[in-house]
Amino acid sequence: MSSSLLRRIRIVFSTLVLIFFVLVFVDFKSLIPAKYTNALIFFQFIPSLLKFYSLKTLAAGGFIIVLILTFITGRSYCSFLCPLGIGQDLISRIGGRIKKKFRRYGFKRPFTILRYTILAATLIVTMVWGVYMITLLDPYSIFGRLMTYFIKPVVIIINNFLAGILGKFDIYSLSNIPVKGFPLMVYSIPAAFFLLIGGLSLTKGRLYCNMICPVGTFLGLISKISLFRIKFNETACTRCGRCAIRCKSSCIDFLKPHVDISRCVTCFNCIHTCQDKAITYGLVSFKKKVHETDESKRKVIAGSLFLLFGLSRVASGQDKKVPKPKKESTVKENRTCPVCPPGGVSIIDFNKDCIACSLCINACPNGVLQPAYKQYGLAGIMQPVMDYHKSFCTYNCTRCTEICPTNALHPLLLEAKKLTQIGKAKFIKDNCIVKIEKTACGACSESCPTKACHMIPYEGNLVIPEVTEDICIGCGHCEFACPATPYKAIFVDGNVVHTAAKKPENVKSDIKTPVEFPF
Amino acid sequence: MIMKRRDFFKTSVGGSLAAGAAIKMGGFNKLFTSRPPVTKYDMVAVMGGSPDSMFDLAIQELGGMGAFVQKGQKVLIKPNIGWDVIPDLGANTNPLLVKRIIEHCFKAGAKEVYVFDHTCDNWVNCYSHSGIEKIAKSAGAKVVPGNSESYYHEIEIPGGIKLQKAKVHQLLLETDVFINVPVLKDHNSARMTCCLKNTMGIVWDRGFWHSNDLNQCIADYALYEKKPALNVIDCYNVMVKHGPQGVSKEDIVSMKSQILTADWVAGDAAGAKMLGIPVERIEYIPIAHKMGLGNMNLDSLNIKRIKM
Repeated sequence: MSSSLLRRIRIVFSTLVLIFFVLVFVDFKSLIPAKYTNALIFFQFIPSLLKFYSLKTLAAGGFIIVLILTFITGRSYCSFLCPLGIGQDLISRIGGRIKKKFRRYGFKRPFTILRYTILAATLIVTMVWGVYMITLLDPYSIFGRLMTYFIKPVVIIINNFLAGILGKFDIYSLSNIPVKGFPLMVYSIPAAFFLLIGGLSLTKGRLYCNMICPVGTFLGLISKISLFRIKFNETACTRCGRCAIRCKSSCIDFLKPHVDISRCVTCFNCIHTCQDKAITYGLVSFKKKVHETDESKRKVIAGSLFLLFGLSRVASGQDKKVPKPKKESTVKENRTCPVCPPGGVSIIDFNKDCIACSLCINACPNGVLQPAYKQYGLAGIMQPVMDYHKSFCTYNCTRCTEICPTNALHPLLLEAKKLTQIGKAKFIKDNCIVKIEKTACGACSESCPTKACHMIPYEGNLVIPEVTEDICIGCGHCEFACPATPYKAIFVDGNVVHTAAKKPENVKSDIKTPVEFPF
Repeated sequence: MIMKRRDFFKTSVGGSLAAGAAIKMGGFNKLFTSRPPVTKYDMVAVMGGSPDSMFDLAIQELGGMGAFVQKGQKVLIKPNIGWDVIPDLGANTNPLLVKRIIEHCFKAGAKEVYVFDHTCDNWVNCYSHSGIEKIAKSAGAKVVPGNSESYYHEIEIPGGIKLQKAKVHQLLLETDVFINVPVLKDHNSARMTCCLKNTMGIVWDRGFWHSNDLNQCIADYALYEKKPALNVIDCYNVMVKHGPQGVSKEDIVSMKSQILTADWVAGDAAGAKMLGIPVERIEYIPIAHKMGLGNMNLDSLNIKRIKM
């Protein structure tokens, strides 16, 4: 194929993929239907692999297509489909604009021991203990978190700014959206990865992909036997070195000339840049192997990214102010188990399958899904947990279960979700406004969609809450609405294993349709 | 910090303008906006029609919408859109009624009609599943969000016993006429939600009300000078138990009624009768009556009752 066409296709295609991924993760109004999101994420290697493992159906076999694609074309996944990879290309481009030097890569020796150690460790940890290393290193999850933690708040702030301006002109097509931050601690890991990957890609091209990323390393192994590759026409090649300088994987040794195929992400920049038309992409022709030695340089990456930390500050300062009743509640809630989202089946199942990509955290229209920092223990850091101080799980919604790419959240029909008990409300009478202040409240029962939380006669004309646990689904609306501080008078204790709630029974009222006005 | 500062500027500019206006023309303002219009009846109650046809009839008995809305005025219609349920389940104001009120406002020469509620459930879902957003927009009204504190400005309620300050939606401050359109429902703790209780969807911080003597706060809010010119009580599908959200259609009794009154305490008293609850049992009604905010003794009112 003609030289610049391949590269142009790659740029157009990958740009579209990146735009789509960004949209999916910043879609704060849930405008993108779940089926499009699912179609896009179908081809994401790790999510698809985990979903396949969980469901054992070819309907989740996107990773098989990726494997076949890699066997035929090499690591084109990394250039065409991986949002983190494409994002790095974008940053590399920006790096080149800032400083020309950043775009001159040149051949570097591979970090062979490091990358295979990471791959092996990831495999072993995953098989023996669970998805923890995948959670940390899977490029799709990393991308998802970067979008969720840092880009989405920016988008919302811009939206709020525009909504404010439009509001002045009496236009309300955009609405102000309260920015809700996460616990500061959970920003640490995404921030570290942002600095690492951002810095590496800014100055060194695809070094992260070829040094750390286990998916990249694994696909690199397969691409060693791939059918189509970058090839040199040695007679036409003048050893000018332009290709090596332009290779963001630093995998072209132009003196040999030789391409380290396990690191090549088939970006086609070398073909494009070669003035002698000595580089082509085509069917493999086997040649003798050569061994290369070169000194690799390491550099400490420094960047002033205080916007990054500024953001988390801004975000965390936006929690809803809780009103203070005169007397404070005194009994601390005894939470024995965190509440994991519906469809998670059980805390253990959920923790085992979730790679903390944060897609559900973004998709939740109520913002009740928050990254965990200690609720599930260290291993479950950044996995979504229900935070009923932030919000509650809206009754008529199954969004998170629809879009989970790894099947950590099983898809639930709305009717099933409405009967899935993820926790049980516990009432602490000694914290209740009705008992402390001797005034009416009922905020909890008002919010309860099943009336598991209802009011029963108390002193005088007063009524006080009572919970029927078997029809409670643990949505947390009661806990969210409870105005008692500092401790809530009603809270949801998570179910270790999700169970089926009883359907609330309801009988027709005695009150008849009136025929005359009663006044 | 950035957000806070911007919010601060917004509130201080908006709030000081509003406050300034309120202080400067408070006296005159009251004369124009809260003067009860001269109508033949204190209350009109209709039974037996559809929500829109009942309103047509009832508003005619009160002298048409022109008695409440002057040419060029901006109107706020405040229905109850609190819950993410479909219209048949009666947790929200009937959309047909909302639509017909909007149409009457425009016919009376309203410059702009606004609709909003501070919802309890997810506001996007409430607005859409209640059917109100779509139908109100199609009738030409502006449907405004109420989901963010930035839309609310602090006002003072002189004379309030528990509630002396509240943050109210900017629309209440910016519009000339306020039409309260509650749906009559059972309520688990306040016993009933109707005219007065509907104001909890105008303020930002409901939690304060709940934790500081709910009934007194409901009555206190009615002291605030921006009172409804008209209350239109939707008693078409009435939730008689499990309110205010309801569980299923078993909670609903079809009453096919509607009550129009400028006196919201009287409206609440009538609502209580519809639900078959003694008026004194709904604590905020006698409190509001004693505070002189309206008349709960329906016998002393001139009520027009119509059956269709």
